[in-house]
Order: sequence, then structure tokens, then C-alpha cells
Amino acid sequence: MSTTATRNETPLRRFEKVVSILDEHHYDREKLIPILHAVQQEYHYLPEPVMMYVANALNISPAKIYGVATFYSHFTLTPKGKHVIRICDGTACHVKGSMKLHDMLHEVLKLENGKKTTDDLLFTLETVSCLGACGLAPVMMVNDQVYGQLTAEKAAAIINEIQRNEHGGAV
Amino acid sequence: MTGILEQIAADYTTRTAKQTKRIIVCAGTGCMANGAAAIIRELKLQLTVKTVEAQLIADRHDNATIGIDGSGCQGFCQMGPLVDIEPLGIMYVRVQPEDVEEIIETTIKKGQVIERLLYVDPATGNRCRGKNDIPFYRKQHRLTLELCGRINPEDIGEYVARGGYVSANNCLNHMTPDRIGSTVLDAGLRGRGGGGFPTGKKWQLALVEKADQKYVICNGDEGDPGAFMDRSVMEGNPHSVVEGMLIAAKAIGAHAGFVYVRAEYPLAVQRMRRAVSDAHRHGIIGPDALGSGYTFTLEVMEGAGAFVCGEETALMASVMGHRGMPTPKPPFPSQRGLRNSPTIINNVETFATVPVIFRMGATEFRKIGTKDSPGTKTFALTGHVANTGLIEVPFGTTLGEIVNDIGGGVIDPEGKRSGEFKVVQIGGPSGGCLTREHCNLPLDFDSLKSIGAMVGSGGLVVMHTGTCIVQVARYFMQFTQNESCGKCVPCREGTRQMLLMLDDIAEGRATMETLDELERLARAVRTASLCGLGKTAPNPVLSTIRTFRDEYLAHVVDKKCPAGECKALRRPEIDTDRCIGCGACLRACPVGAITGTRKLPHLIDAGKCIKCGACAAKCKFNAIIGV
Repeated sequence: MSTTATRNETPLRRFEKVVSILDEHHYDREKLIPILHAVQQEYHYLPEPVMMYVANALNISPAKIYGVATFYSHFTLTPKGKHVIRICDGTACHVKGSMKLHDMLHEVLKLENGKKTTDDLLFTLETVSCLGACGLAPVMMVNDQVYGQLTAEKAAAIINEIQRNEHGGAV
Repeated sequence: MTGILEQIAADYTTRTAKQTKRIIVCAGTGCMANGAAAIIRELKLQLTVKTVEAQLIADRHDNATIGIDGSGCQGFCQMGPLVDIEPLGIMYVRVQPEDVEEIIETTIKKGQVIERLLYVDPATGNRCRGKNDIPFYRKQHRLTLELCGRINPEDIGEYVARGGYVSANNCLNHMTPDRIGSTVLDAGLRGRGGGGFPTGKKWQLALVEKADQKYVICNGDEGDPGAFMDRSVMEGNPHSVVEGMLIAAKAIGAHAGFVYVRAEYPLAVQRMRRAVSDAHRHGIIGPDALGSGYTFTLEVMEGAGAFVCGEETALMASVMGHRGMPTPKPPFPSQRGLRNSPTIINNVETFATVPVIFRMGATEFRKIGTKDSPGTKTFALTGHVANTGLIEVPFGTTLGEIVNDIGGGVIDPEGKRSGEFKVVQIGGPSGGCLTREHCNLPLDFDSLKSIGAMVGSGGLVVMHTGTCIVQVARYFMQFTQNESCGKCVPCREGTRQMLLMLDDIAEGRATMETLDELERLARAVRTASLCGLGKTAPNPVLSTIRTFRDEYLAHVVDKKCPAGECKALRRPEIDTDRCIGCGACLRACPVGAITGTRKLPHLIDAGKCIKCGACAAKCKFNAIIGV
């Protein structure tokens, strides 16, 4: 994976962490999903070498791990941006115009050709089926923070604010 | 009562004995999004500054006179953040951090009400002091949600002090498994997850199986878009779920259980984990549960984002660390489930209702609701309705009562309150559509089934007259198509083809043949799919075609979308009588499709127009129609 290089992590340190995750779950194959959760929590995605390592350690085939990792939408095989924006497209949000938020942010983040993550790895834009905050539709979640009763303009303002902070901090 | 519960309750009573007032801030997901965390922070800060001793959530000071607690969802999400002052019975709505000082000075210190923070009933203009005065709450019957939003969900002491785990204690120490099952059967409890299968029956089936190990699983994989009842229960009163599962375990002879919670609900995962570990620490579950000698261990597992895992066989595959794909039934889980052992899987709300039944008795429970659907049901009321939120009503409540009395009426496309809804979608992607003619229909399992809908998990999405029914059907088909696991052909290919046909209808390519084919395919998918996801996926299509055939025909025959939502069918035009030729639309058009001379009516070139609606948004004279 070419993208892993950008993260500046030494391979050794990475596997140490995986070993401790596996230890915590007693190398139990039934715990594959919690193990992948923990790995993703650590690396923000599921790097291929780590998955190979987990397959070996649990004595299951890499194909099986790949199967599980691609079945569940929560797992991702490519690095996600620093800020993950999840636009709720549940029924309530949908009828209250969630796709307008999506289109607007698509433009704001200049995401083209079906890309979900910005080139600078700052943002990932996703839609999710329901965040369960339907009372406040339309809703989006940026990392763990839920924003409700949005309009396309409000959503854009929130993202612009984060962009400003990021760029301000970097200089 | 065994010593364990007495001890926990006594501890709680001592801890809070000096408490004269209690501030409960709703910390459900809705209110948190509205800024409840800032309110709690401000309250703590102000109370510390003003040296009023407060029992803080994070760092508990025992023997405090003022308690501050974050509660689970109180249901009235739209008016959040909500702040309750007990025992005064005052509820403040839309509280901002700036209001905190006044709340402390006026209400906490002097016991007076701050009028401007009260809820105003839009129907009468009256200010409502507390929950009992607000129509949204007054018309509800809170049974399963009784403690939800009123207690601190992270304090096991409070749950026990309010009678929690007493039902489990009776079951474990004084009842046989057989009698537990028959009590639940007598109460007529039916599965709240959608199917409505009698819970007692399920338990009895699992009880008669002979096996070394049996399992109890709580299905908290609430994936239906538009539903958040289970989330609210897990966040607001997680111990009620643990208690229900403990009772179920004894009823079938299981010694291990899992709570499977959706990954999209991090707070629910956290609260359930906390509840399980607290219950374990106090000996309520574990090797000698409640001193009865019965062993029951419970584990919380986080899902990973797959709607199909709400199906019980798929859920079990997921618990075992596999792809969440369903398997054919029979064998039913009660015969051969998790690790090939007898297993019962019930929904969160079902488990949370079990302790209530034992507390009030099967006969009393049966007095609520209808004959064949006793008890209450929680619904997530959302969409174009004045009061959105979480509600609980007895079965048999009519749709009209829910939408108008509790929901406060429908919001029309202009954002005004009006009485007319076009359709209420019930039961998410497996459910169906209810229309105005169903306003007096008592909602229960059987009445809904009779009209081709289902209770489902309980999402009620109200849609106003500006909603296009083809788009609604398409939306749900897109959802099920995305979530189809791909194992069986009818669901995998059928949902895709149905989606394409709906696209044809929405984009003006369909013929009458398309409509017939769509219905035929829908029936085939319903019959031939392997699991509940595929079997119910055609419901929104079939139910909307049946009810709104005219609207489908308008799309197919006249190539018109009556609601104006289908972009491809829009024909934007400029009304020459209204247009004054100001040129605002011309400048707004991103593709240069509008031409015209100043002060003369302009013209839209249909060939260039991309139907974005930018012109209509800019026009001050409503001269642009059909977009």
C-alpha cells in the first residue's frame, strides 16, 4: 500500500500494538470483529500487512479476514481523512433534504470522480443509513460530534470553520 | 428481596439523602447535538463558583444537596436541550449555557419558575410548567420508557432504588423456568423487533430443547433508517435490558448471553458495557446471580455496520466473527442457534418490557393495549411533523392520535402547520405506507398486517403533500439494495432490477409494462428470498403502488411528477405574466440556459437547462414554474 508511507509509522511499533490487541482477545477467532475494531481504532483503517499478521496469528486464511473486512461498512481498507464527515441519509433526514447537504459538502471539499477522501487526507465524506437522531433531521456527524437541524449553508459553514482551524494551525 | 439489592438501594438512599433538588439534563443523542454537554459543564462550573455543593456526574460528592445528572433520551428531541428540575416538576426547553446562571439563582435557590424557558403549547399559547402539561407527553403511556430520561443510566443504585432487578430476583429465586415462560405467554408479550412472535412461546420452545449450553441474545442492531427506540432504551435505561435478559436466561436455562449493539451507536455500546460490568460487580449477574446459585454471564458486542445483521441468523454469524449472512430456517435458533446450541434472540425493547410484566403482573399488563397486542409500543416519530421525538403509546392508538395529538400536526412544504399528511411510512424499509384513510386505524400487529404494512421496529416517518411517492419507494429500494448481503439471487438481483425500474419511472423512461413487471418481480422477491430482508424489501414498492397507483401512472403515462420532486420530469418555464425581466435568473443560471432582454419576459432553453432550480431560488416574483 503506497499510502501507508505517508503515515510515518515504523513497522515494528505497529505490530507490537497488534500483538497486545490479540492478547487482549486471547487469540480467539470468534473475536475477529472486535479485533478488527481495535485495529481500526489504532490505525484509522485496516492496513494489509496488519491483516496478514492477524490471519497468521489466528490461523485463519487472509481471504476470510478480507471477506469480513469488506462485508461490514464500518471497516475500511484505505486510510480515512483526519475528520470523518458522516451525512445521515436515513428516512427522516432524506425527506428533509440530506442530499442537499451532501452535494454542498462535495463541492466545498472539491471531491470529484467518486472520491471520498480529500487529497490532503483531512476529510472523508460518507453517507450513512441512519444515525438515530431523526428528531433533529437533517443531521451530520463530524467525528463524534452530531450536528442537527442543518441546512446546506450551515453544514458548509461548519466544515469551513474546521478547514480554517486546520490551515491556521499548520502555518 | 435478597441482601444484594437491599444493600445497593440503601447505599443509594444514603448517598442522596441530603439532596433537596435535582437537575436532570437530557443527555440523549438529540440533546447532545443541541449542546447539552455545554449546559452540564456550565452547571457544574456555576455551582462550584457559587459554592453550592452539587453531586456531580463525573466526580461524585456524596451527601450533596443539589444533584446534577445526565439522563437518557427524554423523547422531545426537537425542543432540546431539555433540563428538568426535580422535585419541582419543572421542565425547561431549548436551554442555552447563558440561561444556567438564572436557573440556579431563580429556580434552584428560590424555587421559582422562569417563564421564558417553559414550553409554549402552540395550539393554546399556554406555557407548560412540566411534562404533565405538555400535550406531547400527556397523551403518551410510558411503560417501557418509564424510567428512561428520569434516572441516571450510569447509576445502578438509582435503578435498584426504583424497584429495578426485583422482577429478576423473584424469577431467579422463586419461580421455575416453566412458570416464567407461561407468565410471559399469559401477558401476551409479542416481539417488538417487528415480527410480533409471542415471546413466551419462543422461550418455551427453547426451554424444551435438551442441550449443555444455551444462549440469550439481545438484538440491538437497530438498522432501520428512521428508528431510534432501541438506542434510546440502551442509552436511557440499560439495566432494564440486562434484567430482561437475566429473566430470559433463567426461563430457557441459558448461562451465557450477548448484547449485540450497532457500531453507529457508540454511546449505547458504552452504557450497555457499563451496566453489564456494574451488574456483574454487584453479583446481580455472574456465577451466583442474585444469590440464587444460577450462573449467567453477559457480554456486549459491537456490530460493524451491516443492516442484515438485524436478521437473527445473520446476527449469530456475526457474533461468531463471520460475515453476517443469514442461513435458512429451519432449524430455528431456538433449536440450533449460536454454536449450534438452542438460542433465543429478542429485541431490546422486548427485553426491557419483561421486568415490567413481572412487576405489574400478566393480568394487569393485558389491560393495556389491544386483545391480541397487549402492552405499549415505542415509536420514533419523525419527518414533517411539528413535534418529532421518541414516544410510547398503548397498542391500538390510532394514527391520527399519534400524528395530530402527540405530533402536534403536520408541517406543510412551506413550513407551516397544517392538518394534512400525504403518507406515514411505518416500519422502515420492510414496512408500508399509511395514508389519511388510515387515520382511524388502531395500530397493532394484526391491523397493520391486514393492510400490508407492519409495525417493524417502530419508525414512523410523516411526509407532507410535497413528497413524491416514487422517490420514497426508490429511496427504500436503494437502501435494501445496498444492504442486501448478496447470498441469495432473488434479493441480490431482484432489488437491483426493481431499483432500475423505479429509476426508469422517476426519469420518464417507463411504460405500462415496466409497472406490471415491477409488481411481478416484487412478488417474486417477496416469496423467494432467503431471509426477512429480502422477503420484506418489496413492501414499500407494493404498498405504494397499491395506494398511489395514480401517482405512478402520472410518472409513467403523462411523464409528470405531481409533487415536482423527480428532477428528470421537471419542465422549468417562465411565466410571462409574472416575469418583469429583472435578469436575476439569467445571472443565477450556471449553464447560461436563460436568455432575454431587460424588462421583457425571459426564456429558458430546455435543451441547456440542467434543472438545478437556481433561477427559481433567485426569482422574487415566483415567475419560474415547474422546478
